[in-house]
Amino acid sequence: MIHARNLPFVTTLAIFVIAYGLCVLQFPNMLSTRVIGNLLTDNAFLGIAAVGMTFVILSGGIDLSVGSVIAFTSVFVAVMVGSFGVHPLTAFLAALVISTLFGCLMGAMIRYLMIPPFVVTLAGMFLARGAAYLVSTQSVPITHEFIDTMLGFYIRFPGGGRLTLLAMVMLIVFVVGIIVASRTRFGANVYAIGGNIQSAELMGVPVGATTIRIYALSGFLSGLAGIVYTLYTSSGYSLATVGVELDAIAAVVIGGTLLTGGVGLVAGTFIGILLQGLIQTYIVFDGTLSSWWTKIVIGILLFVFIVLQRTIIWYSDRRLAVRQLKEV
Amino acid sequence: MSASHALLEARGIGKSFFGISALEDVDFTLERGEIHALLGENGAGKSTLIKILTGVYRRDRGTIYLEGSEVSPDDVAAAQALGIGTVYQEVNLLENLTVAENLFLGRQPRRFGMIDRRSMRDRSKALLARYGLDIDVDALLSSYSVAIRQIIAIARAVDLSGKVLVLDEPTASLDANEVKGLFTVLRQLREDGVGIVIITHFLDQVYEIADRVTVLRNGRLVGSRAISELPRLDLISMMLGRELQHITRDHQAEPETIDDRGAPSIQFQNYGKKGSVAPFDLDIRPGEVVGIAGLLGSGRSETAFLLFGIDRADSGTATIDGKDVSIASPEAAIANRFGFCPEERKTDGIVGDLSVADNIVLALQARRGWMRPISSAQKRELADSFIKSLDIRPADRERPIKFLSGGNQQKAILARWLVTEPRLLILDEPTRGIDIGAHAEILKMIERLCSEGMSLVVISSELEELTAVAHRVIVLSDRRHVAELSGRQLTTDGIIRAIAGTGETEAA
Amino acid sequence: MTWFTRRLRRLAPQLVALAIILGIISLIAPGFLTVSVQNGRLYGSLIDILVRAAPVALLTVGMTLVIATRGIDLSIGAVIAICGAVAATLISDGYSLPVVIAVSLGVGIACGLWNGVLVAVLDIQPIIATLILMVAGRGIAQLITEGVILTFNDDTFAALGSGSLAGIPIPIYLWVGTALVIGLLMRRTALGFLIEATGINRRAASLAGVRARFLLFSAYAISGLCAAIAGMIVTADIRGADANNAGLWLELDAILAVVVGGTSLNGGRFSITASLIGALIIQSINTGILVSGFPPEFNLIIKAGIIIVVLTLQSPAIMTLFGFIKASRRSEKLNHGTKEATR
Repeated sequence: MIHARNLPFVTTLAIFVIAYGLCVLQFPNMLSTRVIGNLLTDNAFLGIAAVGMTFVILSGGIDLSVGSVIAFTSVFVAVMVGSFGVHPLTAFLAALVISTLFGCLMGAMIRYLMIPPFVVTLAGMFLARGAAYLVSTQSVPITHEFIDTMLGFYIRFPGGGRLTLLAMVMLIVFVVGIIVASRTRFGANVYAIGGNIQSAELMGVPVGATTIRIYALSGFLSGLAGIVYTLYTSSGYSLATVGVELDAIAAVVIGGTLLTGGVGLVAGTFIGILLQGLIQTYIVFDGTLSSWWTKIVIGILLFVFIVLQRTIIWYSDRRLAVRQLKEV
Repeated sequence: MSASHALLEARGIGKSFFGISALEDVDFTLERGEIHALLGENGAGKSTLIKILTGVYRRDRGTIYLEGSEVSPDDVAAAQALGIGTVYQEVNLLENLTVAENLFLGRQPRRFGMIDRRSMRDRSKALLARYGLDIDVDALLSSYSVAIRQIIAIARAVDLSGKVLVLDEPTASLDANEVKGLFTVLRQLREDGVGIVIITHFLDQVYEIADRVTVLRNGRLVGSRAISELPRLDLISMMLGRELQHITRDHQAEPETIDDRGAPSIQFQNYGKKGSVAPFDLDIRPGEVVGIAGLLGSGRSETAFLLFGIDRADSGTATIDGKDVSIASPEAAIANRFGFCPEERKTDGIVGDLSVADNIVLALQARRGWMRPISSAQKRELADSFIKSLDIRPADRERPIKFLSGGNQQKAILARWLVTEPRLLILDEPTRGIDIGAHAEILKMIERLCSEGMSLVVISSELEELTAVAHRVIVLSDRRHVAELSGRQLTTDGIIRAIAGTGETEAA
Repeated sequence: MTWFTRRLRRLAPQLVALAIILGIISLIAPGFLTVSVQNGRLYGSLIDILVRAAPVALLTVGMTLVIATRGIDLSIGAVIAICGAVAATLISDGYSLPVVIAVSLGVGIACGLWNGVLVAVLDIQPIIATLILMVAGRGIAQLITEGVILTFNDDTFAALGSGSLAGIPIPIYLWVGTALVIGLLMRRTALGFLIEATGINRRAASLAGVRARFLLFSAYAISGLCAAIAGMIVTADIRGADANNAGLWLELDAILAVVVGGTSLNGGRFSITASLIGALIIQSINTGILVSGFPPEFNLIIKAGIIIVVLTLQSPAIMTLFGFIKASRRSEKLNHGTKEATR
């Protein structure tokens, strides 16, 4: 039985399967492992960031700093490795610590200063981007044996496709994200806070600690996405990944997560990412369509899903009202 | 731990918010295996008291003993750990989680750090079986009726705490059968020695289930009695007013009948809304004050919402001066020159950050439309004249209204409607939370207004107030208009009897 | 207190901040405050600030109203791109200036009404509702320009961005004029008052007969209109429509300007003047960093620093603390007073 609350997820899945089917009918090549492998690699950093965004949105918040944190991490790592000769692993570790602490700080401001998440993370967006500029405004290329080894590591699919390390990292993040959301107390608390923060507090959920952890997680995953992006482009650039937070939010919403929080699946976000990738791939295959159609189609999908969610809420409210009427 | 100690005992509890006292020197005692009803009107301090007992608020004064030893729960979790569990009416469980997740939120059984869903499911099933509930615990909570949610909430609270169970309005949205089911559960818990505090406004249910009642009024303790020794009339008078007094009112001496006031100008016929108020007839004559009395939850405010178009009536007609009108929204009501001072002053009445003057002219400006602004000179004049005639203090029209006391806010809201020169003014609890001086002034003003030909509908839980100002009083019970009292019948005694369901026979 | 001193008191923090910032810059960069006349046109860093502030200032006017209704409009940066694209396309197609301007403004208002429908009729949270156009808008703009930077050669239209009249650059006329017209519309009619009432307490306002939906519609429509004017200035200035970069992140600058201007994000009392001073503060920082010879990469960090300080001071937690101190002082006074009275 499909429950009304899971309807958005099921809808996304159905849309994805149908859309993919139509694409394959038109371009049979799109079924190849090569295309799938590329799709996963190209969207690896976005997918990782979107997992963090899913947790934030599930808790009823939003994180606008994602794109800037990715840019900061990438330029930070590139400068550490490229200019200062630090070992990549050390640079990665430092970048992750910084981005996680950054998330913690934003979570604390949201919780203890009671400033809306939108505003706090907007300030965070400026701060992280500004910090990235301070590190370097140039595009910093990055070469290191260790990085070459990492990039050279992949699993070959039958059919010539490659599952690169970057794609693997994304898939692992999704698997871990799914487990954390559904099988840990932290995950349950995230859903509880997103469902109704007052009820959650009355039921003894540690709202403060959980909020800070949610934004710390988003910061950590943005940092990880930044590292993946650095590897993907073999460079760090402070002007890169502008607006990635919007793509991440779009993937989360299209994946069926309610923007008001409390309902949604990390797996849905994965479908949302695939759907966005599919649109881009289709446009590449078609050749006549221009890239801006991506944005328009994503906008339309956003609209459809937001209205769908709104309708579901209306519908369930009305059903409740009707039931109460019957009782009177 | 000796048996001579009460299960839960609170002594001299006091609490105030921003200098306004909500609870003063209240004592409360709960025994093991007792169902104890906590009663009182809105603002009596019931919820403040239970929030203090369950760790949501910190008390300012007083001590709490649990099984004889002093406790001081700082937050909900601490109260839960001590053994005090709560089931709230509104903010309850989480609809977006499954039944099992709700039951075990924050204490999920784990294996290797992961939530053990199977064990959680089995334990949930076992837990609910004790309450005679056999449901799919992996379904979302939102797929179950309010009654089942209530039992799930009780199961969680008792499993978590186990000594004291506090229930806030548990039966508000249950039907008769569901209430019966709930009471069976409560009786069983009583057998098990759990102390239960129940807040409700259904007196029938109090008499059915409670062993003892404690009544609060205006933040003070009125009394605590065993239910078996407390006749229903005494209980209602404890809740609503001073002792049963047969106060001789003026209008008994003035045999002036309301018919003298001419034909009704505003008539509602068979007016009602399913689930809100049963269809009723109401005629209002010019210059008449119609009182509406009833206990909390009897449909008092709902009647006002219907009259003012906030809720849409689904049956009946409204006529003004013989013409049919449709009152489907507040705008339509205002266009017909109605006004409404709501009970929830803070959320429905004042626009907090705006000045007193702005609040006073708001309704008039809304009626004139945005293109015909009230000039600042006019605004000053209107505001000053009403600040003076209603004695609003401080007499500073530019002060944001949120900084005024409740009584002065209420006067400003009254002024908001008076500047629109309404034909009918609906006042929902006009004197709640207001100091005594302002209280008397507002009553005086009501009399003055109706002598000027304005019609008023006054809703109040202060029966003396109603009998003092109203020409007629409509009594509500169970969302139904059950009686109409006027002339000699119009006494606090008469109203209480009508509410208790014995009024008509005795008053006749 | 007279009207004037009250105004002054409201604007004082912003004016002082602006003065301090201008003062610091003039210390670092001598000649910053000089204004000269060349070829019958005013030149100088101050004039430059006023010209460059035009797009943000225009957006700020609309954003102030939207925020006053307790909303937010994320789409205006994208609306700039759309309207710029429309204007550039029409100009290249040889339409006359009045037609170009009328159609561009109409498109801006239509974008605003779209947001208004989502917020007022479908009851979608403003952030989410305007996010849709924010995401899709640039795609639509690119669709109109067909993906290229659409350049044109029309001196009359270009004058909207770079021309001057009586020595003063035209963009200054445009934003000051728009702000004046909308400011007068708000304060000379009851629109501003009713918007404030709706933003502070929509339920109470509705119960007093205020038509909240209409007000939400008008706020978002005005926001779209302002973005359309800003879009034309940006397009005229570079003589071309850049769908990717026109107005990029300007909505965030506008939000920042409103916040610095002291209008609460929780809606309610607003001051367009204060928001505009906020916009000037932001532009002064941008220009100041440039002329002081600081590397421009400091720009964002400084902006972020300011926003964080302002937000912290404005945050509900700090406000409650202040409010509590004030209230307890007042109640002390009050108690004192009543004691006196009873004596």
